[in-house]
Amino acid sequence: MSNVEGSGRPTQHEGAAQQDTSLTRRGVLGIFGAAGAGALVSTFTGPPGVGPVSLVSEAAPEVLVQRGSGWVGAALSRIDGPLKVRGMARFAAEFALDDMVYAALVFSTIAKGRIATLDTGAAEAAPGFVLVMTHRNAPRMQPMVPFGPNEKAAGNDNLPIMQDDRVRWNGQPIAVVLAETQEQADHAASLIRVTYEAEPATTSFAQAKANGTEGAVYFHHEIGDAEAELAAAAVSVDATYRTPYQNHNAIEPHAVTVAWHGDELVVHDASQSVVHNAWSLAHILGIEERQVHVTSPYVGGAFGGKFMGSHQVLAAAAARLAGRPVRLTLSREGVYRMVGGRALTEQRMAIGARRDGRFDAIIHTGTATHTRDSPHPEAFPFVSLSAYATGSLKTDLQWAFLDQVANAAMRAPGEAVGSFALESAVDEVAVALGMDPIELRIRNEPKTDPLNGAEFSSRNVVKAWRDGAERFGWAKRNPIPGAVRKGEWLVGMGCGTASHIYNRENGGAARLTLTSDGTVTVDIATHDAGMGTETAQTQIIAENLALHPDQVEFRLADSAMPGLVAGRGSSQTTTVAATVVEAKKMLVAELLTLIRADSPLAGLTAQQVGPRNAGLAKLDDPTRHETYTAILTRAKRDKVTVEASPDEPTEMNERSMHSYGAMFCEVRVNAVTGETRVSRMLGSMDCGRVINPKTAASQFRGGMIMAMGLALTEHTHYDERTGRIMNPSLAEYHIPVHLDVPEIDVIWTGIPDPHAPMGARGIGELSVTGTAAAIANAIYNATGKRIRELPITLDKLM
Amino acid sequence: MKNVAIRINGSAVAPPADPRVSLLDFLRETLHLHGTKKGCNQGACGACTVLVDGERIVSCLALAVQYVGRDIVTIEGLAGQDGPHRLQQAFIEHDGFQCGYCTPGQICSAVGMAAEARRGLPSHVTDDLSARRIALTRDELRERMSGNLCRCGAHNGIIAAIAETYARAAE
Repeated sequence: MSNVEGSGRPTQHEGAAQQDTSLTRRGVLGIFGAAGAGALVSTFTGPPGVGPVSLVSEAAPEVLVQRGSGWVGAALSRIDGPLKVRGMARFAAEFALDDMVYAALVFSTIAKGRIATLDTGAAEAAPGFVLVMTHRNAPRMQPMVPFGPNEKAAGNDNLPIMQDDRVRWNGQPIAVVLAETQEQADHAASLIRVTYEAEPATTSFAQAKANGTEGAVYFHHEIGDAEAELAAAAVSVDATYRTPYQNHNAIEPHAVTVAWHGDELVVHDASQSVVHNAWSLAHILGIEERQVHVTSPYVGGAFGGKFMGSHQVLAAAAARLAGRPVRLTLSREGVYRMVGGRALTEQRMAIGARRDGRFDAIIHTGTATHTRDSPHPEAFPFVSLSAYATGSLKTDLQWAFLDQVANAAMRAPGEAVGSFALESAVDEVAVALGMDPIELRIRNEPKTDPLNGAEFSSRNVVKAWRDGAERFGWAKRNPIPGAVRKGEWLVGMGCGTASHIYNRENGGAARLTLTSDGTVTVDIATHDAGMGTETAQTQIIAENLALHPDQVEFRLADSAMPGLVAGRGSSQTTTVAATVVEAKKMLVAELLTLIRADSPLAGLTAQQVGPRNAGLAKLDDPTRHETYTAILTRAKRDKVTVEASPDEPTEMNERSMHSYGAMFCEVRVNAVTGETRVSRMLGSMDCGRVINPKTAASQFRGGMIMAMGLALTEHTHYDERTGRIMNPSLAEYHIPVHLDVPEIDVIWTGIPDPHAPMGARGIGELSVTGTAAAIANAIYNATGKRIRELPITLDKLM
Repeated sequence: MKNVAIRINGSAVAPPADPRVSLLDFLRETLHLHGTKKGCNQGACGACTVLVDGERIVSCLALAVQYVGRDIVTIEGLAGQDGPHRLQQAFIEHDGFQCGYCTPGQICSAVGMAAEARRGLPSHVTDDLSARRIALTRDELRERMSGNLCRCGAHNGIIAAIAETYARAAE
């Protein structure tokens, strides 16, 4: 079965729930999964390699893939669409509060040292001036707690925030100016004069490597003697691949509107972690968590860049000093100065193969830039752990430490850039063998996880390859590089495997309220920065409770709601879906306590009934049915409320769980100018059940377009002399625009994962992986030029 | 009032006293018309696109005081009495957005773009520069909309929505 995007009708999946495998090994992948992609911390001290065997559960497994009302799988248009197309969705910088003042920031212009003089006199005399906050008068505050063992931490560093005269990176905020209008604040901030005592800083990658790197033990793996196997291999590739700094560049800049009401802080945030941010602000400011209320109903893109940041802290502190509400919106430049992005990587990628194509060695090692404080590892070797069957494997990740803004998680951190190296190298091996690159991949398809032998929960990447190749017309590809030319355009096709680890977070919790009019409200502190959370979860709730989506209200992104579900690691849908399934069970049990003797459901147990047609029915006799409204009315109840938390996520500890994709690309490269144009793309995905074909297709395309930028245009230029970002601007940092983006085809296997809630694995980051390599491989096929350094700009092809 | 006012979505509004105030900030901060978005404040992203006498401009690079006597339409003014503009509806049906932040600018820009094409203004990809009518092919739409950035990657849906609304009408 292959579901083509846009088929539109509610579908019923025939996939019967499989029985859980009895006992599998808890491997290192499970540890990563629990931490969330990009959420690993440098303080992590877990065991390298395979962890201990654990007896997880001997109880009968929950049947996770269920037949329902058909709303799951329906191409529902976004529920928030009518608000968004009218400009009525209110973002963080769009709350106007009485007596509010505007903030402007001053950023350091050196990378390391101390502030020698800081003259704010002219600023204080400027029209509209209200307050200037510097390290001299900022309230005493704790640093942020970075992502890590503390489940509510969501910081990107643990540096003091305006607490001393030290400068730790070029672009660090050193003053906040408040004024009556934004214009006045900007003008006053421009009048602040600063001098520094600069100290030697590490601002070049070469210097950072020369200073000595440190290894991340939990990404070091060795199976067999990979170096010896590589040396003895009949065919081998051993090359260095490089990827640059990049920034998220959500179109909405980071913004926050804050107000103190006595000792309580209200925060209108642009966030993918509202509960984390409430906890973080309380911790930093020295107040109780319940004194901070963070909401973020609409977020103008996040991509890993909108967790806890210092801008929220500065706004809250300045508001407290001024005694007035504060709006702090980062300028576009400010986003670059204060919020890090992808780290720079230099990767050694080696594959040794036999003449028949089977891999005897995979080596994926190298160095990523890092700061001492960043919790985000940019773990590029991760992608090579579970990709291919191999006789031997070696992975290693070294960090080179620079004095720069802490690098952050950017959509598919590690895997986006690591898959560029891996999937390019696989293509190079295919060329060396004279073998089709798809057949080479299929020949090395593993039966169990290559790292620890764990069973795959559901892996159908071979089907994705076959379906995709047929749909894309791969058979028409000329394998000889540079052989297809149309006028001055060289045409080529390439491909690459996408994969992203499955995650479900531990903090799922929901409050579900069913009212006697037959409508249900579900509150979960989760997030929608464009992923379609609200729409997909409304469908999941409607399916589980046998309601129409119009009868469901899904509310999210409020720290006062239950749940601790950050928008990270492609985990929201699975985490929330598991919570909804649990809430349904509790609701059914609760409703049964209200059943009276004259009800058609009288005498039935929770095992015998389930939701059907806006009520409950006996599973094997649907004529014994009573609507929710009738049940509540009969019991003289206005509403029933349950609060639910699902079982701990153990499914990914017991087995190897990933989403996959076969990514195809056709490029045209101008033989005269070196200009690359992507003329066609196809993503053939294997991601379990698709909740909403319309929004999922957009997610897949969005990831492929971000990877197009990764491959061809995106590059944060970092001046290695000064440590300053030189293109902090959407004019000079080039994300793909409409003319760059062809119509992108997406299909999927539609095979539900029997071990994932609702049969669905994550999709948010998947298609950023594999795609950059597919583009680079297509460029090789078009031109015969193997470019191993991103972005592949014109100069590299001339 | 007429000669010293800016008309915004049909209402006469006094211009700001501070001549530094951009049209974008005037809309958002003074009039609380937050539908017009600020993405870069330097004319590079198109999120702040509004219509001035039917032509699209980036309002972040426009000083509000320059627009006295002009007729401004923002995303809030596009919908008619009888419901949303058909392009707004097409954006929903074709999933022409994810986060929704660039969306008002994309929609206003597309309205202005269609008017440019109706007037016969060629673009970088127009083959016949002397043509009196421009066929709004996908390439024309993609070129003409390239000043409006989208980071979520809803490009296909955006172009599909605009094509459905305007391409057939122009042919």
